[in-house]
Amino acid sequence: MAKAKTRRPPRIGEAPVFRNSMIVIVLTLVALVIVAPLAVIGFEAFSKGIAYFAKTIANSDTRHAILMTALTALIAVPINTVFGVATAWAITKFDFPGRRLLLIIIEIPFSVSPIVAGVAYLFVYGLQGLFGETLQSADVRILFALPGIVLASMFVTAPFVARELIPLMQAQGRDLEEAATSLGASGWRTFFSVTLPNIKWALLYGVILCNSRVMGEFGAVSVVSGNIRGQTNTLPLHIELLYHDYNAVGAFAAASILAALAVVTLIAKVALERRGAGRVRRPSLAGTAPATSETTP
Amino acid sequence: MARRILPGLPLTLGITLVYVAVIVVLPLGALIFKAASLGPEDYWRIVSSERAVASYRITILCALAATFFNLVFGLALAWIIVRYRFPGRRFVDALVDLPFALPTAVAGIALTTLFASNGWFGAPLAAIGIKVAYTPLGIIIAMAFTSLPFIVRTVQPVLEELDPALEEAGQTLDASDLEVFLRVILPQLAPSLLAGLSLSFARSLGEFGAIIFIAGNQPFETEITALLAFIRLEEYDYPASAAIASVMLLAAFTMLAVTNLLQARALRYTVKG
Amino acid sequence: MKIRLDTVVKTFDTFRAVHGVSLEIESGELVALLGPSGSGKTTILRMVAGLEFPDGGAIYFGDENATDIEVRHRGVGFVFQHYALFPHMTVGENIAFGMKVSKTKRSATEISGRVTHLLRLVQLEGLQDRFPAQISGGQRQRVALARALAVDPKVLLLDEPFGALDANVRRDLRRWLRKIHDELGITTLFVTHDQAEALDLADRVVILDKGKIVQSGTPEEVCRAPASAFVMNFLGDANRLKVTVSDEKAQIQGVVFDADGIADGPAELFFRPVDVTWREDGHGIQATIARVIDRPDSRRVLALTVDGQSIEFDAAPEFPFRAETRGFVDIRRPRVYPA
Repeated sequence: MAKAKTRRPPRIGEAPVFRNSMIVIVLTLVALVIVAPLAVIGFEAFSKGIAYFAKTIANSDTRHAILMTALTALIAVPINTVFGVATAWAITKFDFPGRRLLLIIIEIPFSVSPIVAGVAYLFVYGLQGLFGETLQSADVRILFALPGIVLASMFVTAPFVARELIPLMQAQGRDLEEAATSLGASGWRTFFSVTLPNIKWALLYGVILCNSRVMGEFGAVSVVSGNIRGQTNTLPLHIELLYHDYNAVGAFAAASILAALAVVTLIAKVALERRGAGRVRRPSLAGTAPATSETTP
Repeated sequence: MARRILPGLPLTLGITLVYVAVIVVLPLGALIFKAASLGPEDYWRIVSSERAVASYRITILCALAATFFNLVFGLALAWIIVRYRFPGRRFVDALVDLPFALPTAVAGIALTTLFASNGWFGAPLAAIGIKVAYTPLGIIIAMAFTSLPFIVRTVQPVLEELDPALEEAGQTLDASDLEVFLRVILPQLAPSLLAGLSLSFARSLGEFGAIIFIAGNQPFETEITALLAFIRLEEYDYPASAAIASVMLLAAFTMLAVTNLLQARALRYTVKG
Repeated sequence: MKIRLDTVVKTFDTFRAVHGVSLEIESGELVALLGPSGSGKTTILRMVAGLEFPDGGAIYFGDENATDIEVRHRGVGFVFQHYALFPHMTVGENIAFGMKVSKTKRSATEISGRVTHLLRLVQLEGLQDRFPAQISGGQRQRVALARALAVDPKVLLLDEPFGALDANVRRDLRRWLRKIHDELGITTLFVTHDQAEALDLADRVVILDKGKIVQSGTPEEVCRAPASAFVMNFLGDANRLKVTVSDEKAQIQGVVFDADGIADGPAELFFRPVDVTWREDGHGIQATIARVIDRPDSRRVLALTVDGQSIEFDAAPEFPFRAETRGFVDIRRPRVYPA
């Protein structure tokens, strides 16, 4: 290892040779491991030209898959947002027995494989499941239809909003809400005029990450959807279908939409992190940046 | 129960409990119930079948390899982001989260195309006799890609807050840079590093979407456990699917417990005063 | 509004925070709850506000039993220790919040007129459109007070109102709060751990220890006649000597002090460092000077009695003696408490 003899660098690893080779090696790996997959999506999607790309996207099955994905997100994300806000309020504004257990249960979906989630839903709403026969006799379709896709998506993203809000609201304490209440404000008024303005960026952050995951979910949805072309296919499932049909360009064209969504999500994430969202955090299987907790000054 | 000062507990706790019960507990309960209704003999026969055991071995070994790769690469990545200033540093920092933001199916086809024998990376590798796509190596790469951010994001904040005085103390004792890193810095990173490793490993065990495209999915060779559960389902062998999924669930709970334990330890080290 | 606490009890988990406290606060009175941390003073204040509910006992506002009235209907003005100003609202919006959410509807002009009036009262004219983050700590404190006063509270409650401020700002704000109280005549209860603050500001000081009231009285009463060794120590520097009591007389080295009402046996003699005169010979407790510390306005002398007990006292800057000097300590205003 290069070691400066004349004057020691102030912190270790500052020797120019070591520093520069580290940067070069790591950045090369970043290019190979992270950038290349993103680049290949764009490259393949447009490999037969813009016109072909547009034609593929305009394909009715693809359009339907986009619609299904949007519809799923439109239902699952608001429900999970309400759940996340309610959970964060209950957990941070009150002390009640079982609070810690509840915190652990909420995090479970992060550690469970999406495939396991899908299989589990099958045993609730499938024909061989708990409610299967009841549902069939009532002629209600949950599995292999939109409700099943929404439910499975809700499972895998259940903790996203709550886990952004809980550490932040914990750090903010109860003073503001107590002050508003002591001034005569009702519960709703307190929430909308005092709590919400102070958690809005973290809330938006959680919602964006939740949405990104809902729109991109593959494993759990692939179990419960039935993969019926033009009927129950979401965009990720449609990508798989096209890919296995040896329609690589079609698959990558569809994939490029989700990749663009991923890039937009990352940009929004960085923008929100500048506003302080996502900083008060502890790591989990969520798939987002963890950090040590901090308290408000 | 004592009286509450702030309003909303019945409403918010009610929503939370109903949601958790219906969305999280009910399906997992149904899965466990289904697996349990098999009876111990049938259950054991399914989960200890040769093909299942082979899938565990492949999943675990590949996850270990991927986690090891992420240990080295993730630590190096966190190190250069925190310790060095170079053009594009913030961009790289943001890019670290791409594997989480990119849907797994999209990552799956992208990696497969890159590493296919005619792909950007596959072709040169094939020229020197290394085959990635449709081999365990492909599984490792898919796992490593999808779980890379865990290590970076758990180590990064700790690395940022390291007290420079400790390094200086090491230096005044005339230790080399390597010694200071191994004896002073690494022990302080260890708790968060372990937590990141367990998160990364757990994620790799359960990964599905990114792997199935690149893996080849040959039983006994490149078939991961998640895929086996899925295949049993497609064969309408629901009990077998339930049994295998229950094994994965058990593994997930074990990893959740391990991670929580490690995080509690990590907190014990980092909490000040 | 007169406030009355009747044997109020509060327990947290297993920790008993307040043990049967009874207290009356007269209408218009300014009362300090003084005690070390963990003495239960903040819990009492929060129970009066309705931010905690007592496990036993009752709280009356006038003749009305207010124990079960929720905080939002209790009509109290509460100033939080760290002010709890809404960070996303301007100073003006913070002050107007209580009026906007109130059941008594006020017109926008009425509200803005009252905000202007309150800003003038707390001497913050012109800061209406600033955000809490853009003003100083002392200014925030005054905004918090204006916000609490805006709802015409029956009672004003302040939790460590000056705790987070610099010493200078603190003293100015104290005098100013007293002035506002005298102007408005609102019943006020505040919590502090700083005895100087309590004595400076309050009509009456209630001293708490371990969840119980140990003494209550005017600043003069508690200073001149501390009810216990704890109060004596808590209110300021005090020397403590071991003495023996017999027949209501405390004795140390042949020097005798009055000990009315103290049982026979070992006891403790307390006195303030300013209540000592050093004599080269004659009457007093024999001692040797160990060290002399100089201060701008006096000298602090550290001495040891013959039996090894330490005494500190203040002397004039002209005090000529040095370490090793022997002499006698003459004590004024001694107080004897059971050991």
